[in-house]
Amino acid sequence: MITCKDFLKELNEFLDETVGPETKAELQRHVTECPNCFVIVDTTKKTLKVFRGVTEKTIPEDVHNRLMKALEKKMAAKAAPPPAS
Amino acid sequence: MPASEPGAVADSGLFDESALVAKARAGDAAAFNDLVTRYERKIFRLAKHITQSDEDAEDVLQEAFLKAYEHLPDFQGQSKFYTWIVRIAVNESLMKLRKRKSDRTVPLDEPLDTGEDVVVREIAVWEDDPEKKYGREELANILDEAVQSLRPAFRTVFVLRDIEELSTEETAEALGISVPAVKSRLLRARLQLREKLTRLFKRKGDNVFDYM
Repeated sequence: MITCKDFLKELNEFLDETVGPETKAELQRHVTECPNCFVIVDTTKKTLKVFRGVTEKTIPEDVHNRLMKALEKKMAAKAAPPPAS
Repeated sequence: MPASEPGAVADSGLFDESALVAKARAGDAAAFNDLVTRYERKIFRLAKHITQSDEDAEDVLQEAFLKAYEHLPDFQGQSKFYTWIVRIAVNESLMKLRKRKSDRTVPLDEPLDTGEDVVVREIAVWEDDPEKKYGREELANILDEAVQSLRPAFRTVFVLRDIEELSTEETAEALGISVPAVKSRLLRARLQLREKLTRLFKRKGDNVFDYM
C-alpha cells in the first residue's frame, strides 16, 4: 500500500508516463482511492496544459531582423578581417 | 512556410541538423542562418521565460547566436546543436539575472533536492476551464508572474522540460546538472506552480470529496 508521500515522489513519472506497468497500476489505484491525490494529479495536469496553451510560437519580426543584422555584421567581419596596419 | 514568417519553422523529425551544422562549420553562412531561423523563437522564448524581460531576452538571443557562430569550430558535435545553443542561452540568461540587484541573494547553484520536503498545501478542485475567464494577455501575465516566483534553479528546469519540451536527459545536459537533480527540481517547480494557480483558479466553496 503506497502513501500519499510515496505517490507525490512519483507524480512526475506518473504524469509523464515513464513508470513501469506495475508501478503505474499501483499509482493508479492510489489515485482512485485518494481524493487529495486525485485532485493534485488533475490540477497539475491542468497547470501544464494552461502553460502549453499560451506559449508563443513566433518571435517579433523586429527582434528577428535585429538578430539577422547582428549576425550579418559578425559574418562580414569574419570574412574580411581588417587589414593589418 | 513562407520565408517572411521568422522563426515559424515547424519541428520535423526528418530535419538533418548535423548536415546543416557541418555545412555551417565549413563556412556556409546560409546554413548557419538556417539553424538560426530554426531555433530563434525557442531561444527567445526560453530567455524571456528565464529573464522575464523582453529586452534581456533579445540580448540573450543575440549573444547566444553570436557566441555560437564564433565558437562553431569548437563545437564537437557530441551533443545536438540545439542542446548546445540552449546551454549557451541559459548561461547568458542566468548572467542577466545575476546582474540584477534583486536576484543577487538567490543562489543559482542550489544543493540537490531530495524531494523529501515536497509540500502540498492547497488542495482544491479548479473551476471548469478557468483560463477562459481571462483574456489571453491577462492569462499570460498570470503565468509569467507564477514562473517568475520560482527560484531560478527551478524556473530553468521547468522552462526547458515543460515549455520547450526537452527530455530529462537533454535538460540535464543543457544545464550541466544530474538527471536526478532535473527530476527533483521539476517536481518542485510543477507543484509550486500548481499551488499558485490553484489559489486563483479554484472553485469557490467546494469540498474536495464532492469531486469523486
